Formats: sequence, structure tokens, C-alpha cells
Amino acid sequence: MKLTLDQETIWLVGGVIAGLILASLVGWLLARRPASAATAVTVANLNARTRAWWVMVAIFVLAILSGGIGSVVLFGLTSFLALREFVTMTPTRPGDHRTLFWVFFLITPIQYWLVATSWYGLFAIFIPVYAFLFIPLRSALSGDCRGFLERTATIQWALMICVYCVSHAPALLTLDIPGFAGQNGKLLFFFVLVVQASDVLQYIWGKTCGKHPIAPGVSPNKTWEGFVGGIASATLLGTALWWATPFTPWQAAAMSLAITLMGFAGGLVMSAIKRDRGVKDYGSLIPGHGGVMDRMDSLCFSAPVFFHLTRYFFTL
Amino acid sequence: MSTFVAFLVRLLTGLQARWLDIEPVDRQRIYFANHSSTLDAAALWAALPENLRTKTRPVAARDYWTTSALRRWLAHRIFRALLIERKKVTAENNPLSDMLAALDAGESLIIFPEGGRFSGPEPQRFKGGLYHLAKDRPAVELVPVYLENLNRILPKGEFLAVPLMGSLTLGAPLRLEPGETKQAFLERAREAVWNLRLT
Repeated sequence: MKLTLDQETIWLVGGVIAGLILASLVGWLLARRPASAATAVTVANLNARTRAWWVMVAIFVLAILSGGIGSVVLFGLTSFLALREFVTMTPTRPGDHRTLFWVFFLITPIQYWLVATSWYGLFAIFIPVYAFLFIPLRSALSGDCRGFLERTATIQWALMICVYCVSHAPALLTLDIPGFAGQNGKLLFFFVLVVQASDVLQYIWGKTCGKHPIAPGVSPNKTWEGFVGGIASATLLGTALWWATPFTPWQAAAMSLAITLMGFAGGLVMSAIKRDRGVKDYGSLIPGHGGVMDRMDSLCFSAPVFFHLTRYFFTL
Repeated sequence: MSTFVAFLVRLLTGLQARWLDIEPVDRQRIYFANHSSTLDAAALWAALPENLRTKTRPVAARDYWTTSALRRWLAHRIFRALLIERKKVTAENNPLSDMLAALDAGESLIIFPEGGRFSGPEPQRFKGGLYHLAKDRPAVELVPVYLENLNRILPKGEFLAVPLMGSLTLGAPLRLEPGETKQAFLERAREAVWNLRLT
């Protein structure tokens, strides 16, 4: 999983840092002008988010620059934290205790080890087949059958979303793309940038021109204006970054559209789950954003789709 | 070493203490909480800021914490627990006199008035110790604490821990009202703990 540090990577990282500096500047200017109480709260939230972005970008860039294994470890830890938030929020019983120990300390590391060793044949099926069958077995052996189906389904969902789906992001580094050898770091960077930019742009478009809610019962903040504006501008951004990818500009546009649409889907579904559980955020680890899962919700739906599209069309 | 153990406990439980209507200031206090896991005392102890933690001793059962070298080391060196007799109480090894002596030495205490670990969501009826402590040392603040999810992290009888996120809420201090009966006070204290889950 050797990654090279080339011109294009430097441009990508430089571009993101420039964007963050701009955001910090805008936030600082907005905070200085006296405004109404409501906008002051929004501005404070914006600045908290921007600060958190600085930290996340720093960690991510360091991981990419350290080569493949740093990225795998970073996503592994992220999965672990997301899994922790997800399972905390859902009802499990004492009969699931040993099963959960397997999930956290054995299944998750094994999945990431499979990604690290580029063992596609197994990392693609380990959780959907083997873990899927093992989990209900282990819980059944504990003897507690109350809510058995719901508990089993919940744990499997947690594993699929927080571990399996997220692991397809660093799995991009294992793809063998002709003419792109050793440069997969840029592909991963491109993917994460487009997903997160889509989130941010949907938020900005929603806050500035949002009028018609899409699914008010699920997420009061998602509007059609935010959706169309965010998806369109994020797709444009992805298209503009075609030079960092093995795609042509048209292909980059199509891929970015796929990524952003799936990202929106992920955000909507994870909001529906939060609504059902009666929580506002998955956790409170990241100031201004919520928990790790709140940042990963778009990524977890788009990662497997982007991975498989790239694999199908661009590898041998 | 204690600081490191406190850090590890907070890491495992993802614990963030919420101080509601009460400040983490250096006052002599008795923290009383619901009890459902071995982790409870460690979690509450670890969640206190360092300057309070060094003056706060969790009250624990001698019969449980002296059974192995590891437990003895944890109880004495790390937690500085106040071990009390639970099974064969006599006039000499009375838990109440041990606790009063610790209070007189200026220490704060952590106690679990249910008397043991219970797995139901609502706390059981409180035993009388809290009332006697409140009556005999009225100057000490009594702080209700609600612990959640710790019994999912380390259930009773399990050895392996699952790293879920626990939560800890501390509420406004109580005082024994003049003329309040033991039953009424204990019930009021129990409800104070139970109501913290709604916040």
C-alpha cells in the first residue's frame, strides 16, 4: 500500500487548507459585527464547526501522508468510536454482552486487518456473511430470547454501518487502477473531500435559501434548496478535481454525483434512526458537530458505492 | 498512578460528568448514587476533578474488595477506598462509625445507599446509612448522582468490558430538613437520584 507524495497531493491538501483559512476568516468577521441573538448563535456554531474541521483535516492529512497503514488505522479508530456511539444508543440486553465484546474487539480489528492486507475476497464478505451468522448464534447461546430479533438486527446494523461501510473508504487504497499505481491516496482524499464538502454545502445552501423541507418528519433542516444547491455545487467541486483522480472530467462528474446522492441518503437514514431513538446527536465528541457518527453518516453510504463503481469500471 | 487509572476509566466508559445546579468546588460532600455495576464507584471517582478526587473516598464492602491481591491493591493504593463491614456488623466494626471518622478527618465520601448492585432501571429503597450520616453531620453536602449505562459496560458477574458510553449526572445538594422522618428523607433522596435521568 505504498503511496507517493506528488504535486497533485500537495495541491489537494493546499486547497483544503486554503478553504479552511477562508472559512475561519469569514467566521471571525461575522463574529465581530454585532448581530441579533439568533444569528450570534449560528455564527458561534459555525466557528465551533470550523475549529473542529481544522482538527479533523489535520488528522486526516497526517494519516494520508503517513502512507496506507496510517489511513487504515485512522478509519479503524473512527469505526470503533462510531460503533460505540451507535450501540450505546440502541437497546441491547445482558445476553448480548459477550456478542458485543466479539464485535468491538475481534470483528472490527479483523475487518480492518483484511483491508490492510488488501484481501478483497474476504473483507467484502467477512461481515455480511460470517459476522452476520455468528452474531445471532452467540446471542442465542446466552439464552436470553426477549426481543431477540430486534437485538440481533440492531447489532448487525451497527456492524454494517459503522464498520463494514466505513472500511470501504480506506479500501480504496487497495484498488489496482492501471496508470494510477501508488496514487490511491489522492483518490481517498478526493472521496472524503467530496462527501464532506457536500454536507457542508448542503448546510450552507439550506441556511441561506432553504424554504421547502424534504422530509420534515425525519430531519427539519433538510430542504430542497439545500439539497439541490449542495449536491450541484459539490458535484461541480468534484468535477473540478478530476486531475487528482484516474477519471476524465465527465467521469469525475458522474462519480461525484453518485457520491453526493448516496451521502444525502446516508444522512437522511441516520437522521431517521436518531429520531426513532429520541436523540439529537449520536454523541458529543466533536464540538459543533455532535458525535463521530454525525460526521460519518454521509460517508458510510457513499463509501461502498464509490468503491464498487471504481472497482468495476476502473480496475482490471 | 491514580491519575492514570482515572484516565483509563474515563477512556473505557467515555464518561462525561454533567454538573447540574452544582459546582465542582472543594467542599466536603457525600456523593450518593444508584448502583448496578462494579464500575460505578470507579466511574464516579474518576469523573471528579483531580483536586476533589484526592479527598474523596469511595465506600466499599470489605468482603468483596479483599478477596484477591489485585482487588486489595486497587482498593488501597488506587481508589483509597473506605472498606466497611457488610456481613457481620458488630459495635466495633460498625460501618457508620467508620464513615463518621472519615468525615471528621475532612474526607468526602461516595456511597451507594441501595446496599448492593441491582439491575432494574429504578433504584431500590435506600438503606438507612445516608439518613444517619445526614443527621450526625449536617454540615456535609449530600449530592445525588445518577449513573447510566455502566451496567451495560460491565454487568454484574462479567469480567470483560464492552466500551459503550456511560453517563453521569450530579444534581443539586440535599439537606435533611428539621423534623423530617427517616423514611421521608430516604425516599426524597432516592427520588432525587431517579429524577436526574430526566435531565
